[in-house]
Amino acid sequence: MVRVRKTRAEIEGRWREEFVVEEEEKISPWPAEASFRYIGGRVKTVDGVAKVTGSATYTVDVSLKGMLVGKFLRCPYPHARILRIDTSDAERMKGVRGVFTFLNVPKIPWYGGLTNILSDVLRFQGEEVAFVVAEDEGVAEDAVEAITVEYERLPFVVDPVEAMREDAPKVHPDGNIFAGGPSKISRGSIEQGFGEADVVLEETFRTSAVLHNSLETHSAVAHWTSIGLTVWESTQAINNIRQRLSQIFSIPLSMVRVVCEYMGGGFGAKFDPGRHTILAALASRMTGRPVKVYLSRTEENLAAGCRAQSIQRVKAGFKRDGRITAMRLEAIINLGAYAEWVPLVGGPYRMLYQIPNLETVEWGVFTNTTPHTAMRAPGFTEGTFGLESIMDMAAEELGIDPLEIRLRNYAEVEPESGVRYTSKALRDAYLIGAREFGWEQARSVRKENGKVRAAGLASVVWWGGGGPPAYAEVKLNMDGTIQVLTSTQDIGTGTRTVLAQIVAEELSVPIERVRVVIGDTSLELFSPGSGGSGTLASMGPAVRAAAIDARNQLLDIASQFLDAPPEILELRDGRIETKEGEKSIRLEDLLRQLRDFAIVGRGARGPNPDGYAVETFAAQFAEVEVDVETGAVRVLRVTSAHDSGRIINKLTAEGQVIGGVVQGLGFALLEQRAVDPASGSIINPNLFDYLLPTSFEAPEIMPVFVEPLDTRANTLGAKGLGEPPIIGVAAAIANAVSRAIDLRITQLPITPQTILEAVKKAKK
Amino acid sequence: MRIKFKLDGEYVEVDAKHTDTLLKILKDKLVVGSVHFGCGEGTCGACIVLVNGRPRYSCLTLAGYVDGKEVTTVAGLAHDGELSEIQKAFLENDAAQCGYCTPGMILTAKALLDRNPSPTDEEIFDALAGNLCRCTGYVPIINAIKSLSKKR
Repeated sequence: MVRVRKTRAEIEGRWREEFVVEEEEKISPWPAEASFRYIGGRVKTVDGVAKVTGSATYTVDVSLKGMLVGKFLRCPYPHARILRIDTSDAERMKGVRGVFTFLNVPKIPWYGGLTNILSDVLRFQGEEVAFVVAEDEGVAEDAVEAITVEYERLPFVVDPVEAMREDAPKVHPDGNIFAGGPSKISRGSIEQGFGEADVVLEETFRTSAVLHNSLETHSAVAHWTSIGLTVWESTQAINNIRQRLSQIFSIPLSMVRVVCEYMGGGFGAKFDPGRHTILAALASRMTGRPVKVYLSRTEENLAAGCRAQSIQRVKAGFKRDGRITAMRLEAIINLGAYAEWVPLVGGPYRMLYQIPNLETVEWGVFTNTTPHTAMRAPGFTEGTFGLESIMDMAAEELGIDPLEIRLRNYAEVEPESGVRYTSKALRDAYLIGAREFGWEQARSVRKENGKVRAAGLASVVWWGGGGPPAYAEVKLNMDGTIQVLTSTQDIGTGTRTVLAQIVAEELSVPIERVRVVIGDTSLELFSPGSGGSGTLASMGPAVRAAAIDARNQLLDIASQFLDAPPEILELRDGRIETKEGEKSIRLEDLLRQLRDFAIVGRGARGPNPDGYAVETFAAQFAEVEVDVETGAVRVLRVTSAHDSGRIINKLTAEGQVIGGVVQGLGFALLEQRAVDPASGSIINPNLFDYLLPTSFEAPEIMPVFVEPLDTRANTLGAKGLGEPPIIGVAAAIANAVSRAIDLRITQLPITPQTILEAVKKAKK
Repeated sequence: MRIKFKLDGEYVEVDAKHTDTLLKILKDKLVVGSVHFGCGEGTCGACIVLVNGRPRYSCLTLAGYVDGKEVTTVAGLAHDGELSEIQKAFLENDAAQCGYCTPGMILTAKALLDRNPSPTDEEIFDALAGNLCRCTGYVPIINAIKSLSKKR
């Protein structure tokens, strides 16, 4: 009997209700003492060979017969209205197959209806004005240049604080405040809490808008034929793209296929179809030919999203022993020109510590800049900088060790809801991380040759529990090979590898025999998007369930071949054997005898447990060296200690940590999307002027995994790891730098100029 | 113009415009999948190939420049299905996540090790200065290169 249950599922703090079909058979979590062949090991990626030989195919490599190329004309101004647009010259050019503007495309609502797919009002520099498809790229580029536009330049606002003023230029007719007002969340009484405080601290923290800069820019190939629409897209969520295309074009899901075999990096900006996707599809429908679009680096950095800039005004009250009595955050979040949601800068304030009296006020503000998108732990990476900076200020003020003050405010239960955690090993992460890092020795400030060394730490909380719906099949073929089928995607985090490990483990076969087939919605096995650190915790249990279903079927069949009851049969090293080993058959020999019949095991992700919070945690430690003469900051080493539950693959898990830490270092020291306030122009939409970390900046990084046994979260006991490694890095670095120069860093990125100005100000 | 060059050991001949870049010829005419467009302006290194053994941004190299020269892509490093040492080292060290920067990284690393078999950290940083990676945090890539470094 199939049962349907209602459950809640979360991605990056946005909750939705889901109905889950529960399979009858309950699958037990792996026990703590299980001895594994693959789980928890350092397993090389199963798709690594494709990557090191260059045979991996990305969207931008897709080449179809008769393919046209699409290019955009983009708005050069931060705010403008098109008075007149003349495309006649472009249309007459040899090889041009279509020119699209707001005058001739359907009014498809975009950004939640704040504008249309193409519009006569442009609200940020780089917004799409027109789209040309042509026989080749050069012709498309020439045609874009042949379009003439007369713009009326409109008043603009690029600064979120200015945008909040009554008399500020309006980005949208309804004003510049998202939803008309802030999101206000409170508990206890902050007045009472501040009254009880021995010390009250106030500070304003600022973080910059930063850009994803995935190495592969946004790209799509759309092909509309009589059987429907096929889209290759560089995406983190093929099923989401499919659903959106089905809605936008009012065609059944069964007529939309979305494919993404390999993709060149996704940090949050590749969840939804872009305007490029929709226009490529429209153009393909019109011409009957496949259409490819890929963005240039400048287009990517002007129009494909950013981490929202934030301003955090924080007031915090403490008892002399370091306990927090009250905290208030007022955050101003620069959403850019369009947004359908506001990143949760208040998230860490609400979730990290046991704060009895708390108020968070979060303003989402529209400005004439690039619309924000999710970027690796949106809101939390920004919010943790403010929260963990004020915690260090309190530690300093009260003369308490920064590690100790965090332990004194440790949340034993989830502070917002009061429910228990499925597991929480943040205390272990603090203590083991501190030991591995050598916190005791490193926390003293040391001066050598005009350079100052100091250390800092920060704590991390994030979701990452994953959830339903997620479906998979495991297929045992007649040649003894095994396929894992599910329409998830691997964005480079090692999804294929961990799913192969789970199946190889459950079926006791060499991992080389397992092939993971993903990245195509025509598999018709729904999987959530790869984001919110949820892929493993969502897909892993579904795949494990499918493997167990396949194994049970296999044992039933084997029992009839071997004339032995299935209960005494075991899978061992690619063989099915009776417990004592007197009867035995090789897996491939058995499967061959079934001829064309393939065993197909089905699996679904069950619901998350009611009454528990599934969260991930980390403690991050950084040692820096500051040159007070030049203002240069070098991060020497980082220890990043994580509670992400059971680690399935140590090698790829370390990769997530190291990669996340270096992205966090970029956010801390280098990266900043710069806007000229006078013209509203983006100054650095390229990789010359926008500074990404290079190999030179990469510090020594030590990942630590504390791995609590979590039998409640899901049947793997694994929680997410994609986002936690970036969250606390900037705060840990800022705390270390603040200690080194004996001045509080309040703004990211910490440039040499920031340091020199701070040092100069202190000397006065 | 007609240009002739050696691509991964095989002579190829293609027609190219004077303004065509090597990247364009490799992708559009010769359908080389392993050379990736990343920025088109010589900042990221995803399109790097070796020209006579030296790393070159193919997006900034005019196709005519390689006439009569040898061009090596990452697809030319493996022999008879056997990965080269540098490819193996990248695999062992988990130095590829999304994999998009990987061909350029491997070729840059190969060029470095070919002329300097035991590079110092600074020499590795210098060599990789023109190759960006947004996923791995570089440490696994540096480790892969160091694992092949011959001790002096």
